[in-house]
Amino acid sequence: MERLGSGIEAGRLSSNEYASNFSDLHPRLDKHEALVASDRCYFCYDAPCMTACPTAIDIPMFIRQISTGNPLGSAKTIFDQNILGGMCARVCPTETLCEEVCVRNTAEDRPVEIGKLQRYATDIAMETGRQFFERRAPSGKRIAVVGAGPAGLAAAHRLAVNGHDVTILEAREKSGGLNEYGIATYKAVDDFAQREVDYVTAIGGITIEHGKALGRDFSLSDLTSDYDSVFLGMGLSGVNGLGVDGETLYGVDDAVDFIAALRQSHNKATVPIGRRVVVIGGGMTAIDAAIQAKLLGAEEVTICYRRGKENMNASTWEQDLAASKGVIIRHWLAPKSIIGKDGKVAGIEVEYTAMKDGRLTTTGETGIIAADQIFKAIGQSFQASGLGALQFDKGRIAVDAEGRTSLETVWAGGDCIGRGEDLTVSAVAQGRDAAESINRMLAAGAQPASAVA
Amino acid sequence: MADIRNNFVGIKSPNPFWLASAPPTDKAYNVERAFKAGWGGVVWKTLGEQGPPVVNVNGPRYGAIWGADRRLLGLNNIELITDRDLYTNLIEMKQVKKNWPDRAIVASIMVPCEENAWKAILPLVEETEVDGIELNFGCPHGMSERGMGAAVGQVPEYIEMVVRWCKQYSRMPVITKLTPNITDIRQPARAAKRGGTDAVSLINTISSIVSVDLDSFSPNPSINGKGSHGGYCGPAVKPIALNMVAEIARDPETYGLPISGIGGVTTWRDAAEFLALGAGNVQVCTAAMTYGFKIVEEMITGLSAWMDTKGHRTLDDITGRAVQNVTDWQYLNLNYIAKAHIDQDACIKCGRCHIACEDTSHQAITAMVDGVRHFEVKEEDCVGCNLCVNVCPVENCITMEALPAGQLDKRTGRNVDPNYANWTTHPNNPMARQAAE
Repeated sequence: MERLGSGIEAGRLSSNEYASNFSDLHPRLDKHEALVASDRCYFCYDAPCMTACPTAIDIPMFIRQISTGNPLGSAKTIFDQNILGGMCARVCPTETLCEEVCVRNTAEDRPVEIGKLQRYATDIAMETGRQFFERRAPSGKRIAVVGAGPAGLAAAHRLAVNGHDVTILEAREKSGGLNEYGIATYKAVDDFAQREVDYVTAIGGITIEHGKALGRDFSLSDLTSDYDSVFLGMGLSGVNGLGVDGETLYGVDDAVDFIAALRQSHNKATVPIGRRVVVIGGGMTAIDAAIQAKLLGAEEVTICYRRGKENMNASTWEQDLAASKGVIIRHWLAPKSIIGKDGKVAGIEVEYTAMKDGRLTTTGETGIIAADQIFKAIGQSFQASGLGALQFDKGRIAVDAEGRTSLETVWAGGDCIGRGEDLTVSAVAQGRDAAESINRMLAAGAQPASAVA
Repeated sequence: MADIRNNFVGIKSPNPFWLASAPPTDKAYNVERAFKAGWGGVVWKTLGEQGPPVVNVNGPRYGAIWGADRRLLGLNNIELITDRDLYTNLIEMKQVKKNWPDRAIVASIMVPCEENAWKAILPLVEETEVDGIELNFGCPHGMSERGMGAAVGQVPEYIEMVVRWCKQYSRMPVITKLTPNITDIRQPARAAKRGGTDAVSLINTISSIVSVDLDSFSPNPSINGKGSHGGYCGPAVKPIALNMVAEIARDPETYGLPISGIGGVTTWRDAAEFLALGAGNVQVCTAAMTYGFKIVEEMITGLSAWMDTKGHRTLDDITGRAVQNVTDWQYLNLNYIAKAHIDQDACIKCGRCHIACEDTSHQAITAMVDGVRHFEVKEEDCVGCNLCVNVCPVENCITMEALPAGQLDKRTGRNVDPNYANWTTHPNNPMARQAAE
């Protein structure tokens, strides 16, 4: 295949280029780098970084432990709050969380590299296989967890620590959820998601059954009758459509499918990509798809977002990363129709947008961007069956602050609920907290009260 | 332009920055490089008596402690005096002095505490035409086990005796180097003066164990699994040295005795502080061993620039200027009241001032005001202790502001008394009460 050949083709690059393009975005800090970086932490009182972390990791403490030559103690500090601290160190938008509020920004505009330091400590612990948690005496309680994504894994781990036996039912063939299928390849290399699943489940008492989908292979009522408690940690399986003509043409794809397929491919040279690619959307998925399209050898990659830069869900850091890879981000453009030729995508007609009286409208001015592949990245929706009478709120499972649903023995967390940000770290926090809530209920031995009437 | 030429007990040098007797001054090669870099003088590494030279350990000689980013804060060594032949040193000293007539070269000497030993070496040194001698009564390790170095410096009578021999058998200016490993630094200084010394230099290194290897349980530096106490120096010892210099400078018995200030001088500012507390010049070692000889440029230009800014024309304008302000605690003005003030524009909101005050002091700094992270001094609780200033990572963000006379001190509910009053007359002082009765 020629590098700049038209259409959607694989093998645009040399094997060296593929290897380099999909290598680790931020290689782990070496010891010296970690010591220099950790020296910059002021060990703040009531540290803003800690407050900004959805899992409330004691960041000043774990950094101090690195600086004093105790990376394993540091890792324990992290895992105490967030057993998926390794993945979060890689994928958290730290620039909008802990690092955004670092007091170093005030004087120097340069935060302590919290994410990289977290990775340093967690990598050392995971590579040495060091486990920090022991299971309490068996409780005799059995708990079902639906979905082996960040929320489900975090819940399962905390439940297992408390002596409960956990069965995770996972629809796909691998565990990890979005960590396995939804993260840009260069953010978690070397099969990290699977290694992390192994690390988390090494605690014992966690069984994962793959290929078991809610609504197809079992229903929620099956679980509530078979288990003492249930935690629902499903992700979003629906993808929002553009609702424009030409959406079914060859070359119009869901960005999440593209990202998943790319992650699962062992040889990136076999993954086809268009010469000219347009990504519709303004979130992390749009950025991840666009960057990876470019890394696969697309000549021209354009993100079209219907609002302004400041409205993008993708952080400024992510936007800059995309720009540095040669992705063009265009704002105030909405898709109007997809243009086909011989049944394949040939371009996309876009229309300019503007805010008028506080509402987004189109201006009537249109243009055409040539493209042979279009990725849709305008959000996902929660689609599930088999949940029976479970109560919903705005299309997601309704829960209270502890993750309790409208059913007595059922908790939920992660993307399937409507609380918190749609981040790995938020899902971990929700899974962990739901597990604590379940544990409190089981420990009390009391009849649980339904939280959401 | 400020004139920073130095005249120390008649020894002239183009600036007051000398290299102390230590590894950087062990041989001609190093000293020539130092002079090229601009050092005003050197005290040549300590000479021992004629005969087979001392030997050093063949493992590590140094240990250290570090601050953030591995900045060296304190250095410890177990090296002895020069391990080169006496005559090799003497020949080199003579040649270097000939090559650099405008620079100061002082010979450091340590021989057994016997009159003949001193009588023997002094003419040999004098023949090199160096500018003076420094008596090493300070070295706390190795040599002290053999009755030299600090073993002499810790006994005022020995100091007086040896200084007297040196003055008797030599026409060279004598600088007596003092050990800090003693309770009252004034005693050896007075003894040196009684013996007729021209000056004292201090401090030599402090006895120390710098760290312990937690795998082998050996002190560092570790020689085959064992360690010995060493001499501690570097930025960490400066406060100890400043105090000892000031103690001698303000002691009526030694008042006016020239002092060569040593101990952690790293920047021009450190040097200026030593001069202000009574030193006539300074000697530097650790800073050079950490960064190389080039640092003297920063010292020279920094001192000159500060003197120009402040209108000080010569070193005499600075030397001893702070001595009169060093006093005993009992004479401090108890009517002076200061409160911490936090510059909200400079504050980065790390909260360290709050937690330091809250956990360990007077609960006088807020953490939250109206639900917002905000650090502000509660004057009604602030005793003006200065801890917040010292723990704040931003320079000048927190300052101590003196309350003007007549203003209400919200902590005590009393107005600030304009009059000076100290502990000696304070009603809570039992001694004061007795005096009044």
